[in-house]
Amino acid sequence: MTPAIELIGIDKRFGSVHANKDVTLAIAPGSIHGIIGENGAGKSTLMSILFGFYQADSGEIRVKGKPVKIRSSSDAIALGIGMVHQHFMLVEPFTALENVVLGAEGGRLIGPALTKARAELVRLAKDYELEVDPDAIVGELPVGLQQRVEILKALFRGAETLILDEPTGVLTPDEADHLFRILRILKDQGKTVILITHKLREIMAITDRVSVMRRGELVATRETKATTVEELAELMVGRHVLLRVEKGPSNPGETVLEVKNLTWKDRKGIARVDNVSFSVRKGEILGIAGVSGNGQSELLDVIAGIARPTSGQVIFEGKDIGILGDPRHVRAEGLAHVPEDRQHRGLIGSFDAAESAILGWHHLESLGKGFRLDRDKVVARARAEMEEFDVRPPDPLLKSAKFSGGNQQKLIIAREIKSNPDLLIVGQPTRGVDIGAIEYIHKRIIQLRDEGKAVLLVSVELDEIRSLSDRILVMFAGRVMGERGPRATERELGLLMAGVGQDAA
Amino acid sequence: MNLYIELLASTIRMSVPLILACIAGLWSERAGIVDIGLEGKMLIAAFVAASASAVFGSAWIGLFCAILASLAFALVHGYAAINQRGNQVVSGVAINMLAAGLAVVLGNEWFREGGRTPALPPEGRFLPFEFPMLYDIPVVGPFAKIFLTHSILAYFAFAIVPISAWALARTRFGLRLRAVGENPQAVDTAGISVAALRYRAVIIAGVLCGVAGAFISTSLSSSFVRDMTAGSGFMALAALIFANWRAFPALGACLLFGFLQAVGNFTQGASIGGFQIPVQFINMLPYVLTVVLLAGFIGKSVPPKASGIPYVKDR
Amino acid sequence: MMQSRGELPHWVDVGLIPVINLAVALIASGLVVLIIGENPFEAMWIMVQGSLGSLKGWGYMLYYATNFVFTGLAVAVAFHAGLFNIGGEGQAYMAGVGAATVGLGLDFLPWPILLPLAILAAMAMGAFWAWIPGVLQAKRGSHIVITTIMFNFIAASLVGYLINYWFRPVGKMAVESREITGAYILSAREVAREYFGVKLASSPLNFSVFLALIAAWAVWYLLWRTKLGYEIRALGANPSAAIYAGIRPDRIIIIAMAISGALAGLMAVNEILGVQHRLLLGYVGGAGFVGIAVALMGRSHPIGILLAAMLFGLLYQGGSELSFAKPEINRDMVVVIQGLVILFMGAFEYAFRPALSALFYPLGGEGNQ
Repeated sequence: MTPAIELIGIDKRFGSVHANKDVTLAIAPGSIHGIIGENGAGKSTLMSILFGFYQADSGEIRVKGKPVKIRSSSDAIALGIGMVHQHFMLVEPFTALENVVLGAEGGRLIGPALTKARAELVRLAKDYELEVDPDAIVGELPVGLQQRVEILKALFRGAETLILDEPTGVLTPDEADHLFRILRILKDQGKTVILITHKLREIMAITDRVSVMRRGELVATRETKATTVEELAELMVGRHVLLRVEKGPSNPGETVLEVKNLTWKDRKGIARVDNVSFSVRKGEILGIAGVSGNGQSELLDVIAGIARPTSGQVIFEGKDIGILGDPRHVRAEGLAHVPEDRQHRGLIGSFDAAESAILGWHHLESLGKGFRLDRDKVVARARAEMEEFDVRPPDPLLKSAKFSGGNQQKLIIAREIKSNPDLLIVGQPTRGVDIGAIEYIHKRIIQLRDEGKAVLLVSVELDEIRSLSDRILVMFAGRVMGERGPRATERELGLLMAGVGQDAA
Repeated sequence: MNLYIELLASTIRMSVPLILACIAGLWSERAGIVDIGLEGKMLIAAFVAASASAVFGSAWIGLFCAILASLAFALVHGYAAINQRGNQVVSGVAINMLAAGLAVVLGNEWFREGGRTPALPPEGRFLPFEFPMLYDIPVVGPFAKIFLTHSILAYFAFAIVPISAWALARTRFGLRLRAVGENPQAVDTAGISVAALRYRAVIIAGVLCGVAGAFISTSLSSSFVRDMTAGSGFMALAALIFANWRAFPALGACLLFGFLQAVGNFTQGASIGGFQIPVQFINMLPYVLTVVLLAGFIGKSVPPKASGIPYVKDR
Repeated sequence: MMQSRGELPHWVDVGLIPVINLAVALIASGLVVLIIGENPFEAMWIMVQGSLGSLKGWGYMLYYATNFVFTGLAVAVAFHAGLFNIGGEGQAYMAGVGAATVGLGLDFLPWPILLPLAILAAMAMGAFWAWIPGVLQAKRGSHIVITTIMFNFIAASLVGYLINYWFRPVGKMAVESREITGAYILSAREVAREYFGVKLASSPLNFSVFLALIAAWAVWYLLWRTKLGYEIRALGANPSAAIYAGIRPDRIIIIAMAISGALAGLMAVNEILGVQHRLLLGYVGGAGFVGIAVALMGRSHPIGILLAAMLFGLLYQGGSELSFAKPEINRDMVVVIQGLVILFMGAFEYAFRPALSALFYPLGGEGNQ
């Protein structure tokens, strides 16, 4: 049977990042094909190439056996490929009908176009259980219904193949179930569905076949019926060489941070952090593992005082900092924060290194009496930090943006560690950082712990979590799935990370 | 009684340039391009209209040239905003300044009157219609005096409001244009060119400002004087915001502001129950009202979501 | 937001690009001069001669520059916080009311106390007029560009009213206040005559020029040597990082606007207390808008602003002389140049970067990212 879609030898680089390495994949028609992998595995890039957002550096795409060139999304749409994006492409003040029709109006005057479209919409809705009020304002619809509009958009344009990118990230469990029903109906009607996700449950629940991507490569393709979550988890996470980190046993002291039933809801009312409780003690490193987007970033923001809890408490050294909601206060209490996004949060690119080195700490009296900022002291402090942490080049006057990723990170870590915190919270400390810097950063974090401080580490790199943490929590969909020790296997953690098997609370 | 008739007729006259500029701004902003330069486009159009009309002896040639001039400035702004992804506010400020300076410099050079253009003969102006036989008829007479004593450009202005409202709501172009002002990415992924839509919007704005400027110098008045627009471009912007970026409310807002202008001109102040209100306070009322609205004290001000943000294909 | 803008060495960014943009603006202006049938080079020569060729020219040039330094600093401080303050015109206008109120109302006070008070009053009024839009932006999300434009018009009407009905002495024909004798800033000519017995050509240059220098230094100190300045710059450069660092955006927005307004208010000190010695209509004369051009050209840095202000002072004085020498070229030519500078410095800011970047770094960006 001719595959609906074939990707042959797709290769794509973005600068030094090799996003897709010679990927070859065939999707059978009338099936639901899952593509699973961690962040950065290359699945989104691959699908973006299929939908015409990017052009592959090399390789070929075939639709129904015929080689095609997809240079833009209109090309893809013309070939019957539709995409439902992770972040919806909807015009919120428009009605559902207007959104569906946009770009495929079928005439200069939309009056008659809308009437025709309405009939078509009603038909599609009935056929696929995609019921949506055509005159509802999209901005006011719940997320699950918004997604239906996205799907209808694709179907309205005659999509035969539907790509869904992480569709359940914003859905409640009920909405997710309904989505799966819709996907099954689509399949029954002969459509081809490609599902990109990192959630194993979904793969097992509705796909016919599943491909695993890891670090830009297509690692394996299996019949879903013939595989297990364990096998997939292992393929997804892979067997890496563990970076040997010298680490003695931990000597945990009193509790420094206590998070109690913390919930944080975003603007649409979705709980990004869902009833999370844990504590961190002096002299230990608590690692939070999980695929990015499962609430870890939001959790860090709340603890750091950037976001305010919707409910629950964050108690730091006996004080409820959830009420304060102010990063400055939190720092004053003895917390330091290495943010996940060093370029947008951790540094100011246009400032020189010296000024980035005081970001968040610029109020200190040691940097200037009263309202003053003593430039000499600032530069001296930066210079000392840069020397100690081997930041290259050790020039405090160089613009922050000019340092390499690893050196930028060292600058930030130096800044936060040298503030002598009681608790250091750090997100993705070695993302985009070279090996030498990784080693050093890990060493300093352990050193901090050995000095009796507490560390809360969030990372999507399972190796890092396993080699640094004294205890490991796994987060998925905003909840803590369970706690494990550092000896836990990749398979165990991978399962939890993919949403399988939550520990009893 | 005559006073009120005059006042209402004057209101309509004063609101014509506001309406045209306001609708120009409407098209531009609904597509996501902030246009602070309405004032400048109107000004250069006023100058060019009066100059061309004086030189060629025809108001229509004046109008045509005015539209071209306004279009030129509009395209500069469009290029800066769409292709160069520059700061749209700065571009608008620059256009205003450029127009103000150029109008006087060129006017001075061409006509040697320190920036004025020569007084226009009747053929060089858009004269109001007149129906003297109607004026003495009771009931119809006053009505005729208020509504039927305007030039053709004025009626064009009033017509453009329902036309624009209809076009925005009921045509494919209008739908796409509104979409691009709210979520350009959605438009892009639907395979439609964001730049093409936005350029069209900018061109429409340019044309309408051209008509507005021509009206001011060849209909409302009979020549061009420096800084003739006197802030009406900004008042139109204020009216647009006051009307929450909708066509018919914009008409209402422009009429209201036009009324305030007319009152200011007429009475040099007004009295309410014996209380003298200085003219300056009437003059500032449109602006104060706009600020009050922007501050959210009367209803919510909701601009198009992508307004002023250059579109970058963000991948 | 970070597109391929191309990497450039710092000196190019700060020095070369403004020069290129200025050159393009001048070339475009030269074209306009050509269109009206005059020789652009001759025009340029007359302008330069008119400003730099005589002491009187220098005097006028520096007097203009004083105004532009104040308004340029005002725009610059707001820019650093990420705000576009177009309201300098209105803020300077309102400031005059403050200066005149104190200067006239409290004129029983001795000069050493009255003058500083009048200056402070001017700054306070300017600050107030900018503070309101600042609060509206910070607390209600009202777009600062629109509100400051509106406030310009409100100020125009309000001050017009005040001069007409409050400040104008009964029986006076001219629409202006009585003379402010108490809060008086000496002009250069007067100082030269009184203290040095030297006769200088007449020009409006007065002691406010030193205020301008002090203000420039003060702004530099504020932005780069104080904690508040750090927070202002951080907010403008990277709002997410600022929030991460515990900086409160609404607080900074309000403070930055107030400072901006106070600086614009100093323009009134020069004009009202140093030159006109009375409150009159329309004395701001577009200086608020020149400030925008000056801030853009000067890259929002006090040194750049001082230079750019001098440049525009040269253009204004030169333009004035030019319009005497050649009546065909109206002095509004300067406004055209100004508009072109703003257009190229502001809207087409990135236009020349790719070409320059290819020139300097033909193989790609320098340094790592």
